[in-house]
Amino acid sequence: MSLSNETIQQKLTEKFGEVLTEWEVPYGMLTFTAPKDFNLKILQYLFDDEELRFRFLTDLQAVHYPERKGEELAVVYHLHNLTDNVRIRMKVFAPVERPDVYSATALYASANFMERETYDFFGVNFVGHPNLIRILNVDEMDYFPMRKEFPLEDQTRIDKDDEMFGRGGTLGFGTEKRKEGGTLVEEDKHNEGDKVL
Amino acid sequence: MSQSEHILLPEGSLEKQTTTLNLGPTHPATHGVFQNILEMDGERILSAVSTVGYIHRAFEKLAERRPLYQITPITDRLNYCSSPINNMGWHITCERLLKVELPKRVDYLRIIIMELARISDHLICNSIVGVDTGAFSGFLYLMQYRELIYEIYEEICGSRLTTNIGRIGGFERNFTNTAFEKLEKFLKEYPAVLKEFENLFNRNRIFMDRTIGTGPISAERALNYGFTGPNLRAAGVDYDVRVHTPYSSYEDFEFSVPVGTTGDCYDRFLVRNEEMWQSLKLIGDAYKKVQEFKGAEAEVFHADTPAYYLPEKKDVYTKMEALIYHFKIVMGETEIPAGELYSAVEGANGELGYYLISDGGRTPYRLHFRRPCFIYYQAYPELVKNGLLSDAVITMSSLNLIAGELDA
Repeated sequence: MSLSNETIQQKLTEKFGEVLTEWEVPYGMLTFTAPKDFNLKILQYLFDDEELRFRFLTDLQAVHYPERKGEELAVVYHLHNLTDNVRIRMKVFAPVERPDVYSATALYASANFMERETYDFFGVNFVGHPNLIRILNVDEMDYFPMRKEFPLEDQTRIDKDDEMFGRGGTLGFGTEKRKEGGTLVEEDKHNEGDKVL
Repeated sequence: MSQSEHILLPEGSLEKQTTTLNLGPTHPATHGVFQNILEMDGERILSAVSTVGYIHRAFEKLAERRPLYQITPITDRLNYCSSPINNMGWHITCERLLKVELPKRVDYLRIIIMELARISDHLICNSIVGVDTGAFSGFLYLMQYRELIYEIYEEICGSRLTTNIGRIGGFERNFTNTAFEKLEKFLKEYPAVLKEFENLFNRNRIFMDRTIGTGPISAERALNYGFTGPNLRAAGVDYDVRVHTPYSSYEDFEFSVPVGTTGDCYDRFLVRNEEMWQSLKLIGDAYKKVQEFKGAEAEVFHADTPAYYLPEKKDVYTKMEALIYHFKIVMGETEIPAGELYSAVEGANGELGYYLISDGGRTPYRLHFRRPCFIYYQAYPELVKNGLLSDAVITMSSLNLIAGELDA
């Protein structure tokens, strides 16, 4: 239980210098961001180093941040040192137009399905993955559904007429203009009465 | 098995060809929607390709549009053999995000529920391994006690399989006396039944012959494949989230973590059996601690988190503040503090993790479930390779694959 977050940060900074950024400790877990071309080097170093020993890949997934232009997709690795019981989190960012990230399958057999899942939902292209195909969605799907541009329900569907929840309907509820603070604009007030009924 | 090399077959003869066999997706021996395309040489498996995703329900996408309390029913449907652990894991994640301190009594009640869920999960898994090896009676015998566990759930939350038990900050209501009576009945009767079950199986010649050496995995491979829970412990690694990162006051209890050596079906079976004994001990200890609370303390069943915990109905009708909180919670208008956190509990199958990112809105920005099944299922082709087809069936049931958890 001797490995502290400071030691990890110090060792990583010594080895890789200033390329590692955004050091944070949210809820006690050391988090940092690495350039995407360095991910395998860092994972290998964390695995091999006799003091760090991060040899268990707990989780791997992606997050889509549309507002981070040029680096919209974050791939997040959760690593666990089971000997000292320390966890860390590493993020690499990739542009959504060309989301190529090196695959960790050679280091961790567990990364296989997790990278396939990440590809399936976010379209991250893991370079070097032995079998990068969809895993949970149907093979015919031609988009990556967990990206933020896809709303939860398909807005183009016409078989569901669900006027109360902003889809379809003749009264146009949910599509009305709203002022700051959420109050309805004057001309839609008469619809409000029907809504209560 | 000896090679039959003395038979000289001509090139291209039928016996030299391999057979492709579809095991699943609705095969009666697979207990769930799993498909494996096996390449068979006679009775022997040369390779297996797993297909997953038959019951994918887009839980992570759904969670991005729901307030925290509406995500609990989603977690029910992950590992539906032990839903309460999933529910509690989710509540604990939320409470860590919101920095809510729980009263000790709630923690202990939660331990009782979680360990009951662990027992109900393990007893299904182990008795199904029995069924797949040809011993049906153990299954029928134990099943009665899963029924009793479900009755306890029902007494607490009103439902049995997909429980939606507990709330952020505690429980929806205090445990009734009937619940405690049923719990006492369970604690009194189950040890004898479990002992009987062990007598039926542990030294049973047929059972041992079928399971020893079937689907083994080394500790190193298991770690590399991301195994957690009983399957990892059967391979000899004593990793248990309850001990490594205690939650819900597990640090107040003494219990041991059983480990195996070979990681085969027999070891997994023994580890699960031993874990049931440990869970029984934990439930007994936690129940004793619960009984120590007297007076007003014995009525505590939730923390004071008005912004997330629904107020009592009579207060909603009489108090303005309660009415406001009630409205905000029901309409999902409570803002969640921004933050990023990974929180894990020891599910029945291993480390069940929740990776939650909140941007300060009313719903999570991103929620990812680390489902232990999904991660260790990728080792299945390696486990069954060069084994017999009937062993592949036992290996699958002894891994305790739950389709709901696999496909999220």
